[in-house]
Amino acid sequence: MNSDSFQAPSPRLFLRKNFLQLFHALKQLGYQILGPVLSQGAIQWKTITAPEDLPIGWNDRQEPGSYRLEQDSHSRFFNIIHGPESLKPLTFTSRETLLVLDRQDHTFSAKEIQPEIKPTAVLGVRACDLAGLAIQDRIFLNDTYPDPYYEQRREHLLLVAVNCTKAHPACFCASMATGPKAQYGFDLCLTEADEDFLIEAGSRKGLQVLEQLTCSLASEERIIQDKERIAACAASQTRRLPTANLPDALYEAHDHPRWDQVAARCLSCSNCTMVCPTCFCHGVEETPSLDFQQSEHTRVWDSCFAPDHGYIHGKNFRPTTKDRYRMWLTHKLASWIDQFGTSGCVGCGRCITWCPVGIDITEEAQALSQPSD
Amino acid sequence: MVETQFSPYRKQPRVAVVKFASCDGCQLSILNLEDDLLALGAAIDIAYFPEASSNMQEGPYDIAFVEGSITCPEDLPRILELRQQTTTLITIGACATSGGIQALRNWSDIEAFKQAVYPNPEYIQSLSTSTAISEHVSVDYELWGCPIDKRQLLRVLTDLLQGVSPRIPTHNVCIDCKRQGHVCVIVSQGLPCLGPVTRTGCGAICPSMGRDCYGCFGPAEHVSVQPPGVPPNMTSLAQQFHQHLQLIPVEMVRRFRGINGSVQSFSKESDAWESK
Ligand code: SF4
Ligand code: SF4
Ligand code: SF4
Ligand code: SF4
Repeated sequence: MNSDSFQAPSPRLFLRKNFLQLFHALKQLGYQILGPVLSQGAIQWKTITAPEDLPIGWNDRQEPGSYRLEQDSHSRFFNIIHGPESLKPLTFTSRETLLVLDRQDHTFSAKEIQPEIKPTAVLGVRACDLAGLAIQDRIFLNDTYPDPYYEQRREHLLLVAVNCTKAHPACFCASMATGPKAQYGFDLCLTEADEDFLIEAGSRKGLQVLEQLTCSLASEERIIQDKERIAACAASQTRRLPTANLPDALYEAHDHPRWDQVAARCLSCSNCTMVCPTCFCHGVEETPSLDFQQSEHTRVWDSCFAPDHGYIHGKNFRPTTKDRYRMWLTHKLASWIDQFGTSGCVGCGRCITWCPVGIDITEEAQALSQPSD
Repeated sequence: MVETQFSPYRKQPRVAVVKFASCDGCQLSILNLEDDLLALGAAIDIAYFPEASSNMQEGPYDIAFVEGSITCPEDLPRILELRQQTTTLITIGACATSGGIQALRNWSDIEAFKQAVYPNPEYIQSLSTSTAISEHVSVDYELWGCPIDKRQLLRVLTDLLQGVSPRIPTHNVCIDCKRQGHVCVIVSQGLPCLGPVTRTGCGAICPSMGRDCYGCFGPAEHVSVQPPGVPPNMTSLAQQFHQHLQLIPVEMVRRFRGINGSVQSFSKESDAWESK
């Protein structure tokens, strides 16, 4: 999206008290603005119209199987690291009606449903979210069968990233080289400090917005300082995936006893795949009208943990939880690389936090890459 | 009725809606199909539905929807007779499908209840258990829920009218919950949600209100293609409730012994916690 040769100007300093200007600039360019908003005990992407809508004074505490919001006296806008939603629901929607079929005597006609898509600016996107989106781009925007629904939504996005200067215990982007600094795919990128933001443009679109803002040139000292804060965030991460030779290790681990141990805990509930920014499985539902004159053809999120995902006429190839967990982990961390040239994991930690029983992908991968005896 | 080359019915199928021990809520779900009632009336012949019409015709029936569980001696001949009169028998709701909330009596002393509640307990003719229809006769399709989901009912009828075997989805509530963008109440609030092990159907109503699912659509099936399905991992979820959400054993028993407490995968779990 933002790949055409673009020379980013050096970072500027943007005062917190001027932040409303960013809203005005985006609005003027016709964008609706989404940002992290306190919702149902977490944050979710919702429409925002002013900085006050952001979760000021709140932090998130994440652990395997647990997410809690906590209040303190800080005044930062983007202190909550992330919620269950990556960018995925904004581009690959959980439910999309594709066609309506109409019966006429002995034939039928199909009407394509065109979704209504508005230009959308998203504020507070994390490096891992951008990395996840880049992976979904490879899947949905491949040369052979680009997905028109994804494509339209994707083209209408303007992404304002925020570099992470702190991580929660489930994060392991540093070991996946996807964060905590946003490296690509953003239009604007912020590094938040108490009084101001370091702001940089990552695309022409972003620069166009940046030019509307009252900014000053950031000092070399400040730029280095922020780099160090981001590096400290990377260093604070305790989880990591064993990345060297992991695919081979996992292929060899096909009969590892660890699969049985994790299957005894796993609920096969699909939460991990639903929150994962890169999982793309979907199914298609057909909903006929009672008189059978019309039918709606709808795409919905599916999961390799769902009961019928491995069902092919007459046989379920993955009947047990062990089969399914092995499928998920081996695809995500090994065969994904063969398929798409990249790991399917960006280290966002969502599958760890949002697993109802707190299964930890890094711990499982670690155990599986050790010999069984 | 619209005829297609596939429909197994040459004329409108004769449909009965029959009640056993129940609250009538599932029958009301049929009447709540407001938008589709006219089309439904055109597609089927409602031969027996006392809740809706005093015109009650005798069998045989092409399709019977059965609400309620077997709780009284006279229920037994009635259900056998209905089965004989019916081509496709479909249970509707938790009571008919698993025994319902009244199956809590299966763990207690019915005689003691009678003595405590009624001035003349000798008039009460009641079986000591409440049981699912499938424990007495063969059942063709089961619609779970307390009450059922009217869209599921409509879908089953639509499929039958077209000669398609109804495929009632068996995945869990979590998938619907996440598709709809609700934040998980186990993870964000520490509530003992049964969504991971409960069957789809309601559209994740409880989590959408910030509440924990209590399993009213029965157990999700882990493998659904060959009935009876394999139940999901109740034990691991129970461990999580106990160890991380600090539910004590008596709360664990209540959690798994609810509206569908009699269905085996739930009762196994509640019985296990009762002995702890
Ligand atoms: S596998 Fe887990 S940690 Fe990796 S990208 Fe998916 S949700 Fe994030
Ligand atoms: S790993 Fe966790 S979230 Fe994923 S299916 Fe198993 S129990 Fe559910
Ligand atoms: S709230 Fe309940 S149904 Fe929803 S994801 Fe969590 S466990 Fe599943
Ligand atoms: S969430 Fe659970 S208890 Fe609530 S209506 Fe749905 S199945 Fe029933």
